[in-house]
Amino acid sequence: MLAHLPVLPIIVPLLAAPLCVLLRQRRLALALALTVCWATFAMTLMLLGRVLAEGTQTYVLGGWVAPWGIEYRIDTLSAFVLLIVSGIGATVLTYAPLSIEREIRRDQHYLFYTAYLLCLTGLLGIVITGDLFNLFVFLEISSLSSYALISLGAQQTRKALTAAFQYLVMGTIGATFILIGIGLMYQMTGTLNMADMAARLNTSDGPRTVLVAFAFLTVGISLKMALFPLHSWLPGAYTFAPSVVTAFLAATSTKVSIYVLLRFIFTIFKPSFAFEVLPLDVELMVLSLVGIFVASTVAIFQTNIKRMLAYSSIAQVGYMVLGISFASVTGLTAGIVHLMNHALIKGGLFLAMGCFALRLGSTELADMRGVGRRMPITMFAWVLGGLGLIGVPLTAGFVSKWYLITAALEQGWWQVAALLLISSLLAAIYVWRVVEVAYFQSPAEEHAAVQEAPTLMLIPTYALIGASIVFGLWTSVSAGVAHEAAQRLLEMTP
Amino acid sequence: MTDDRLILMALALPLVAALLTGLTGKRPNLREFCTLVCALALFLVVASLAPRVFAGNRPAVDLFEVLPGLAIAFEIEPLGMLFALVSSGLWVVTTCYSIGYMRAHQETHQTRFFSCFAIAIFAVIGAAFAKNLFALFLFYEVLTFSTYPLVTHHGDEKARLGGRSYLGILLFTSVTFLLLAIAWTWTIAGTLDFQPGGILTGKTSRGVLAVLLALYVFGTGKAALMPFHRWLPAAMVAPTPVSALLHAVAVVKVGVFTVMKICVYTFGTTLLKETGISTWLMYVAAATILSASLVALTKDNLKARLAYSTISQLSYIVLGALLANRWGVIGGSMHIAMHAFGKITLFFCAGAIYVATHKTQISDMRGIGRQMPVTLSAFLLGSLSVIGLPPFGGSWSKWFLGLGAAEAQQPLLVAVLMISSLLNIAYLMPIVVRGFFFTPQDSAERPGIQEAPLFCLVPLCITAAGGIALFLCADRVYHWLTPIAPLLPH
Repeated sequence: MLAHLPVLPIIVPLLAAPLCVLLRQRRLALALALTVCWATFAMTLMLLGRVLAEGTQTYVLGGWVAPWGIEYRIDTLSAFVLLIVSGIGATVLTYAPLSIEREIRRDQHYLFYTAYLLCLTGLLGIVITGDLFNLFVFLEISSLSSYALISLGAQQTRKALTAAFQYLVMGTIGATFILIGIGLMYQMTGTLNMADMAARLNTSDGPRTVLVAFAFLTVGISLKMALFPLHSWLPGAYTFAPSVVTAFLAATSTKVSIYVLLRFIFTIFKPSFAFEVLPLDVELMVLSLVGIFVASTVAIFQTNIKRMLAYSSIAQVGYMVLGISFASVTGLTAGIVHLMNHALIKGGLFLAMGCFALRLGSTELADMRGVGRRMPITMFAWVLGGLGLIGVPLTAGFVSKWYLITAALEQGWWQVAALLLISSLLAAIYVWRVVEVAYFQSPAEEHAAVQEAPTLMLIPTYALIGASIVFGLWTSVSAGVAHEAAQRLLEMTP
Repeated sequence: MTDDRLILMALALPLVAALLTGLTGKRPNLREFCTLVCALALFLVVASLAPRVFAGNRPAVDLFEVLPGLAIAFEIEPLGMLFALVSSGLWVVTTCYSIGYMRAHQETHQTRFFSCFAIAIFAVIGAAFAKNLFALFLFYEVLTFSTYPLVTHHGDEKARLGGRSYLGILLFTSVTFLLLAIAWTWTIAGTLDFQPGGILTGKTSRGVLAVLLALYVFGTGKAALMPFHRWLPAAMVAPTPVSALLHAVAVVKVGVFTVMKICVYTFGTTLLKETGISTWLMYVAAATILSASLVALTKDNLKARLAYSTISQLSYIVLGALLANRWGVIGGSMHIAMHAFGKITLFFCAGAIYVATHKTQISDMRGIGRQMPVTLSAFLLGSLSVIGLPPFGGSWSKWFLGLGAAEAQQPLLVAVLMISSLLNIAYLMPIVVRGFFFTPQDSAERPGIQEAPLFCLVPLCITAAGGIALFLCADRVYHWLTPIAPLLPH
């Protein structure tokens, strides 16, 4: 059994998803999905432990040896991202039942659990696989299921359907670009195995096909991870999806895309090609900085908090990409650790928004008036999450920020460091807008009798927010593993 | 008990107080008893550490590393010890005062008030004992956020706007300037520990040092150097006990304490003197001293006038740090303590007047001395200490600062210090004169003596007396502080 550990996090949820359809009964489906999610989390935890102890784990699917068969390959970075995705997946699903009770029709609940498990499978699969075509398949599994998940918001507002459709169009373009890129790479190297391809790929004279493939891949992945200016699908999708779905996707899906970017740049193409032959580092830096400022500024003017947080997510993706663009150990550590920290913070914030949506029936800023007195526990979690977004010391956000500015200063780019710090003030503005409305205004009459959110929803919310505080103080796991992963990624380069 | 235990206790006690306050919120008497006991215990713990520190020991404890090389660690040196002594001592007094004030005023949310107050003190003690800049910065920010609910205590529109400037300016300066400077120092020096003689000597060019110093001095927004001073008057929307302890002692003094620590232990006085990078900042401090005093003259609201007076007095300490010679450093450090006692007395009096008569404007305080003779006498004593006349503590620190300016051969700065003292007289004395010698406006009937509650009155007498006591034991303070400012060869 243990020999098959690397494949279990994929197989188990993949098989459980159709079982949910067969079960139909929503309580049974919930019980199954919950068990599977937490089991998957336990497996990824074991995997990380094994990777840290023994080094990279490989698994050959069906006994077909690489490069002919599909190989699963888990190094420090993949194990780290796997743990984040499955941890968030399990926590959010624990929170889900009460929230979807209000937001999704009861007879669709089993479909929600099915799509959720499929999405989880897809995301985990992208991270675990060492095969490029397999990666594309998992990418499609996760994308298609997330379109379905987002459109479940139609019960609340019909806009969810257009949002899901827009995401479908953009996501498909992205996926197609990635597929074209993979196809061209296959043409050039005759292999689909990542490690094998990396060994065979000759980028020294930069053949045009490789350049084109690289361009398609970069643009396609940037679309999926909502890097400015390819972010247009994200605000709508996050705003109109059911609260649970928003929390899950915001915390995992863009992060996995960033993982894919890291894989392509550092494992397959090598930084020497991406950053020295091609000016990708400069492009990523400029785009991420512009994205951070534009998205944060737009966030300040939003009247819907979910949409505001969505724009904040675009800005935060900018921070991660900025870290990558430094192409140094510190910079990569910053990007990778922020991947985790932001997943915790934003996941927690969206879960808190779900509590508000449950009690207030709205996520508009105007409806949040006085909510600090009506739902003090939820609002306090929101404030803690907001402080994390700003990057206040003792929160996880500060750890990411610290790594980012030291990475910038190491290169002597104090201007970038200054811009980074100023941008965190924009976060302070959009966070504090909500705080002021929640604490200093009196509640509207129709919300006078609003009560605190149910405990079953508060516990997962606090689990994520609490983790974001814990990882602000105790960083040997988060930053330590991220540091090791960054070193591994850069070691591969000659 | 061992030293590291004592340090941990000193940090834990305010947190325990915050927790107990929260738990006993439904029973006000028990709640305030808990706060008072914790405050007293904290003072005793800090005081028991003091003799060892002043004897030359450096009690230290490392908690844990947040990031590789960046630890939350504590090490007590004389400057931090003095600051912790003053803050913890005044916390006891202020707690008594708060009880009287908050009750007489029937303020709401008293539990939140006492809890946040305790957390703020925790941050102050943490900052005072911090072994490195990183830990100092953490506690600096904890202080900013824990005092926000105190500043906006009333929860109305005015509080919201005041809180906005308060948090906005403090966060802007600390994030954009201070954090940048700290990260920069880390990449240059590879350490952030406070070390005698500094950590930057010979590590980088003079130009970078000059930029760093400016980032530090302006980035420490709590030191209220102009043009980043506006948060302090804005914070005066807070209840008076908050203004008293936090905005005359804890918050602002953490600011100047940070500047002092950075000048002495990060740059080192020798480096500052040799490179001369601090000269232009001295003139900024001097300009702040004068202009804040001038603005204070125009303020009719008593708390606003005191706020601007504080801004002016803080720049004395910044100036002392930047002078970077023995007298400047000692004078500035002493002024942290001397000004604390003087200014807290003045704020206590302002609060007492408000509680007893609901007057906030100076022009309405005609003849108030006949109604509240004790309060106004204490106000007189506090004023004299702030002005710096013997026999009050303030006279010593100002004397040393003057000496420091003279030794640095800056006659202009000496003149600024003299003129500023005159301005202090001009904005503080009229209040006393008006209170004692003018006849009340509605003098149809002479009001009897009507003082604030005893819980308010006793603390302000204690702090006023403290001002005199400090004059007498200044010698001891001087000897405590000499290790941090060794005599420099000319």
